[in-house]
Amino acid sequence: MRGMAASLLALLLLLAGTPARAELVLSLSKARVTITSNFTGDTLVLFGVIDPGVVAPSASPDVVVTVRGPRESFTTWRKERRFGLWVNVDGRSFLAAPSYLAVLANRPPADMADAETLRWEQAGLDNNRLLQRIGSDYADVVPQDPFRQAFLRVKQAQGLYFERPAGVEFIAPNVFRATIPIPGTAPIGAYEVVVKTFNGGALAGQGTLPLEVAKVDFEQTVAITAQDYPWLYGLATALMALTVGFIANIAFRRD
Amino acid sequence: MTIYLPIAELPVNIFTLLALGIAVGFISGMFGVGGGFLMTPLLIFLGVPPAVAVASVSTHMAASSFSGTLTYLRRGLVDVRLGLVLLAGGLTGTLAGVVSFMLLRQLGQLDLVIAVTYIVLLGTIGSLMVAESLRALLREWRGEKAQVKRPGAHPWFLRMPLKMRFRQSRIYVSVIPVVTIGFAIGFLGALMGIGGGFLLVPALIYLLRVPTLTSIATALMLTLVTMTAAILMHAVLNQTVDAVLGLVLMVGGTIGAQFGARAGQAMRAEKLRLLLGLLVLAVGLRVAVDQIVTPADLYAVSIDEAAR
Repeated sequence: MRGMAASLLALLLLLAGTPARAELVLSLSKARVTITSNFTGDTLVLFGVIDPGVVAPSASPDVVVTVRGPRESFTTWRKERRFGLWVNVDGRSFLAAPSYLAVLANRPPADMADAETLRWEQAGLDNNRLLQRIGSDYADVVPQDPFRQAFLRVKQAQGLYFERPAGVEFIAPNVFRATIPIPGTAPIGAYEVVVKTFNGGALAGQGTLPLEVAKVDFEQTVAITAQDYPWLYGLATALMALTVGFIANIAFRRD
Repeated sequence: MTIYLPIAELPVNIFTLLALGIAVGFISGMFGVGGGFLMTPLLIFLGVPPAVAVASVSTHMAASSFSGTLTYLRRGLVDVRLGLVLLAGGLTGTLAGVVSFMLLRQLGQLDLVIAVTYIVLLGTIGSLMVAESLRALLREWRGEKAQVKRPGAHPWFLRMPLKMRFRQSRIYVSVIPVVTIGFAIGFLGALMGIGGGFLLVPALIYLLRVPTLTSIATALMLTLVTMTAAILMHAVLNQTVDAVLGLVLMVGGTIGAQFGARAGQAMRAEKLRLLLGLLVLAVGLRVAVDQIVTPADLYAVSIDEAAR
């Protein structure tokens, strides 16, 4: 809560010092999620202020917050029964897909604008572009594509992809707040928080903030050693295993 | 209490891991198997990426097999000579297995080959062990005397050239089948991501006619060497060894293995073989059920290339 208050204060200070024409001002409770040995997930709070000048007094603005994790390549496999066994018969590569994808909005994104605009702006889970390799071609396919749907379904079941149509809350007519959950299994790397505001079915403003998920202290030391000094790491681990085995043998020795 | 695993990159409950280590350690100490064929699937079930699970389990197996080997060495049950000859075939087999692993992964059929190998191998070996040990128990129950081994009644493959005497195992056989068994174990172990102890013990007992306890002790020594090599190989080639995960598992595992080893020695050899046979058969059936029953989701997603 204190972090939240501090970031709100920072935002207000930022607002006070900002020159007149900022359409959208954003502030994240922290720009870096640090992973220590007791990390089980974290929650970030995003505050945003929409410049009242751009919003017509009668209209209510819509907000879509999209958080994308570091890109990874995946393969989605389809199984079929062959000779009584379930076998992977067909696979599609998803290239550079976000490893984490959170969509937060103040109401279902489908109600905010027409389908084409939403698709162009990648607003909503189904409208995010997922590049597939089909033969020698690279393309995104229709949202009804079974491989694409299966990919989204599996990632949602893992808790790494989700859409919360009530995840953005307006605390004043032009000030909003969004809570971004980072699960314990969140991939390490550079994240991107993209905020898009819609007004009257059209894009009104957008802003981007960087976010980093990183290991620190012991976790970082272990990971860096494993990567940069693999021989040392392997030998140390093997030695550790033999030591534990030896100690156990001595400790439990009966004869 | 949860702990974050730095290489697997996920938080897990430390007590779940400890309990897992103790349970699998007990089984591995009792039967002289590495326990990888139980531990690896259980870790994957907890959410650990398969590559990290396979690599980290090798640290657990190295620790508990070292502890077990020391106990058996003190009792003079390890046939070091037999172990070294097996190892000569085993290391070549491991290399062949790693190459096949890479080829099959490129074809996208690795999972299927692994599942079918598990079903065929575990099903066959489990059934054979259960049948044989039941027959032995039945004979004893009827009060019949066990068949006396006649020295001249060796099967043809033990009578091949290059004979060698293995004193501890009380056998005098050709090294060709011994090296072949080592090769097969190394190959299947690398392909299936297991230590291969549960394959080696029955192979030594039934094919080479090594006494049960010597088989278990020698298999443990072989597991120790191959798993230590596996730690280094995985650490250098794939960077998938999670030392924190390994440490928690091995602390639980070595404690479990001590009690398992004692339970194993207190038990009759036939009963021990029956239990191991049932266990192997159960794991084989489990894999078969997974492959035959319609999965909840007909689609699965695998990571090709991580962001790092």
